[in-house]
Amino acid sequence: MELQTIWFFVWGLLWAVFFMLDGFNFGIGSLMPFLAKKEMDKKIMVRAMGPFWDGNEVWLLTAGGVTFAAFPDVYAVMFSSLYAALMLVLFSLIVRGVGIEFRGKLDTPAWKRLWDTCIFIGSAAPAILFGVAFANIFRGIPFDGEGIYHGTLLTLLNPYGLLGGVLFLCLFLLHGANMLACKTKGVLHHSAVRTANRLWPVTLVVTVVFLIASWFATDLYDNYLASPVLFLFILLTALFLVGVKIFLVKNSFIKAWTASALTIVGATFFGIIGLFPNMFPSSINADFSLTAFNASSSPMTLKIMLGVVIIFVPAIIAYQSWAYRLFKDKITEESLAHEEGY
Amino acid sequence: MDALLLSRLQFAAATMFHFLFVPLTLGLSFLLAYMETQYVRTGDETYLRMTKFWGKFFIINFALGIVTGITLEFQFGTNWSRYSSYVGDIFGSLLAIEATASFFLESTLIGVWIFGWNKLSKKAHAAVMWLIAGAGTLSGVWILIANAWMQHPVGYVIRNGRAELDDFMAVITQKFAILEFFHTIAAAYILSAFFVMGISAYHLLKKNNIDFFTRSFRIALVFGLVFSFFEIAEGHLHGADLAEAQPAKVAAMDAHWETETRAPIFMFAIPDEKNERNLVEIFPIPGMLSFMAYHDFNAEVKGLKDFPLDERPPVLIPFVSFKIMVMLGFYFGFATILGWIYRNRLLEKPWYLKMMLLSIPLPYIAIEMGWVLAEVGRQPWIVYGLMKTSDAVSPIAGSQVMISLIAFFVVYGLLGLIGFWLMFNHARKGPAEVIAPS
Ligand code: HDD
Ligand code: HEM
Ligand code: HEM
Repeated sequence: MELQTIWFFVWGLLWAVFFMLDGFNFGIGSLMPFLAKKEMDKKIMVRAMGPFWDGNEVWLLTAGGVTFAAFPDVYAVMFSSLYAALMLVLFSLIVRGVGIEFRGKLDTPAWKRLWDTCIFIGSAAPAILFGVAFANIFRGIPFDGEGIYHGTLLTLLNPYGLLGGVLFLCLFLLHGANMLACKTKGVLHHSAVRTANRLWPVTLVVTVVFLIASWFATDLYDNYLASPVLFLFILLTALFLVGVKIFLVKNSFIKAWTASALTIVGATFFGIIGLFPNMFPSSINADFSLTAFNASSSPMTLKIMLGVVIIFVPAIIAYQSWAYRLFKDKITEESLAHEEGY
Repeated sequence: MDALLLSRLQFAAATMFHFLFVPLTLGLSFLLAYMETQYVRTGDETYLRMTKFWGKFFIINFALGIVTGITLEFQFGTNWSRYSSYVGDIFGSLLAIEATASFFLESTLIGVWIFGWNKLSKKAHAAVMWLIAGAGTLSGVWILIANAWMQHPVGYVIRNGRAELDDFMAVITQKFAILEFFHTIAAAYILSAFFVMGISAYHLLKKNNIDFFTRSFRIALVFGLVFSFFEIAEGHLHGADLAEAQPAKVAAMDAHWETETRAPIFMFAIPDEKNERNLVEIFPIPGMLSFMAYHDFNAEVKGLKDFPLDERPPVLIPFVSFKIMVMLGFYFGFATILGWIYRNRLLEKPWYLKMMLLSIPLPYIAIEMGWVLAEVGRQPWIVYGLMKTSDAVSPIAGSQVMISLIAFFVVYGLLGLIGFWLMFNHARKGPAEVIAPS
């Protein structure tokens, strides 16, 4: 396989892992105002994100950094075209992070309310915005041969883009509810399970609508039609989504979480496979589109970076899994009493 | 307003704000690792209380360092897209390596450290802080290699209309990067030492927790003393190297207009950029600039007038920031020497304790001045000698940048206030009783 092709899929994988991991934090943060009935519930929900949000967010940094390193033109045109949307994402992530870290540092209601709002906005907004951005990329972005964007923030808010936003939000909410079901006991646990069960059919419908809309709004299916065996991949993703329901019914929450994680990876790859070799298609003229082949770095850089990825990514997976296992226990009022963290 | 000027303002604001928090993270992590190790070795609970008390500053500060860092990673694409296309092959890789090699480790382990008191053995928990400190240092290494490459590009070829990597080892081992790294890291250690000494001094003045704060003060003192002197010597080498790498910056930071041998340094001067001269020049030390730059009192130093107008940096800003940084550098040496002399009778020297309390902001000023010198003095180049800042900016509407810039000021302003207020509050309260981990 060519270096560029390998890098294209590494690029896709990094985004997918980011969505899979930070997705549950986005979900929990967005569910907080609805599921937390009392202060202790909120504490538990924040604690469920506490040890992980930063490590998960670094997958975003790496996805961005790798775009910069391996496909500099994509990084340049993508991030400057989506300027306004990206700034909104950044500010959301800023207030979310500070919210999670600062919420417990003071005990007045106004202080808690401030950070609760920040955590909610900082979780829901990126979930939607990432969906809008990726759906628009699937559809093509109006930029010219100079990499100049001809549109505004509103251009992105077309029906298909918004549908993408709703899809991502649903997937993350479901994923977050599953995580919460794994992490809690008692009343909070039951409401998490109930929420997951209610979100499931909605997510299913939105997913199906999105798959159909993609047929009309994008060229994603061209690659699938060219090699129909790829349709199996969509089928597999659908099975993961069905798996979520099955495991929820069986009360195996860790498995349900794993299934929703794989659904998110599958959904991301549905788009990535459909895009190939495009990375940032232009809707003005296909000749302007940035692809894995016309936007990549030099072979030397690609090789060095591949070495870096091969050495470090397995190590990262190892120590991040270790951290997840270290904090696998359920969070309860009693367990919080023995901690000073938040 | 045009996107260029606004983007420059935005980049400067965002990076300088980020760098209000980074240095304390870099330095305090080592002090914490040392304190926790002492606790593990001796079982003395005071060390545990120290780790927890100073650890809280670390956590507050760290959070702000993280969230402000994310913006930086994306600003090259949003605001400097032409730059990103042109140098991504080299510069982008360095940023990506920083994320994979250090950010992951640092951010995963910080969660483990905060929540892991009862889940890890004492030894393992202390080891985690050592790893955090190491990973933080490593992220400094990579980002400063990246910055050094913009200051002094090496190991590249111009191919396909952009700078492509030619010699990776040359990029990561160049002298400029090594000097910049040691200078910045030592600056961070000085800042952390003065932070800990200043807050300890406050409590010693009030005679609170005397044993606790005397010990904290002394640990920080040793750290601060060593690195203050290291910094003066290293800064000098840095300047001498700069004379080769960026002669225009050296001329600007010393307000040196005419090319001459036995070039002087002025104890005081006011540069007048319009008329290409200094309005006031007092106390010249003849030959000093020649000596500082080339270790030879008679060496010739190129003056600003011999650089084409469109390759000259601003003069006043680098000049002032350089003088402030160096003056503060000598002050830090002086203050830590005094501390060493008084180390066993700190309580008898309230004026010294007051002085140290009031010194907390000074390293912050020195560090920001250092960066302003390095970055403004590099203008008009974004990559020295290779690409102008004006060619680097994204083709985006100024209005967009205006809005984001205002948002930065508002959000960062509030976050800064809240963050420093939290630290201030915690500092005033002093250490609480702690439960030893089970
Ligand atoms: C000398 C060191 C140094 C310098 C010059 C910079 N940083 Fe920084 N940065 C750090 C040292 C550091 C750190 C100490 O490693 C931080 C502080 C908190 C943290 O997590 O790591 C950090 C955090 C941090 C993060 C968040 C990482 C996380 O989530 O854990 C990002 C994305 C950046 N930085 C990116 C940058 C960029 C793009 C810079 C240049 C313009 C920059 N930093 C200058
Ligand atoms: C973290 C500490 C840093 C601070 C406080 C800082 C400060 C500044 C300042 C004041 C400017 C504005 C210069 C001007 O426009 O006149 C600037 C510009 C810039 N700096 Fe830095 N800098 C830092 C680190 C870095 C690093 C590590 C890099 C690269 C990895 C970098 C890359 C840039 C770029 C791309 C610009 C914008 C273009 C320009 O105006 O030159 N900076 N920075
Ligand atoms: C006392 C003697 C000092 C000397 C001679 C000195 C020299 C220098 C020089 C020449 C530069 C510019 C390098 C460039 O443009 O690339 C610089 C940058 C800088 N200085 Fe200093 N410095 C001194 C003390 C300090 C102190 C005490 C601090 C902070 C506590 C500090 C913090 C910085 C920082 C953060 C930078 C920017 C990063 C870099 O370029 O290395 N310096 N210094």
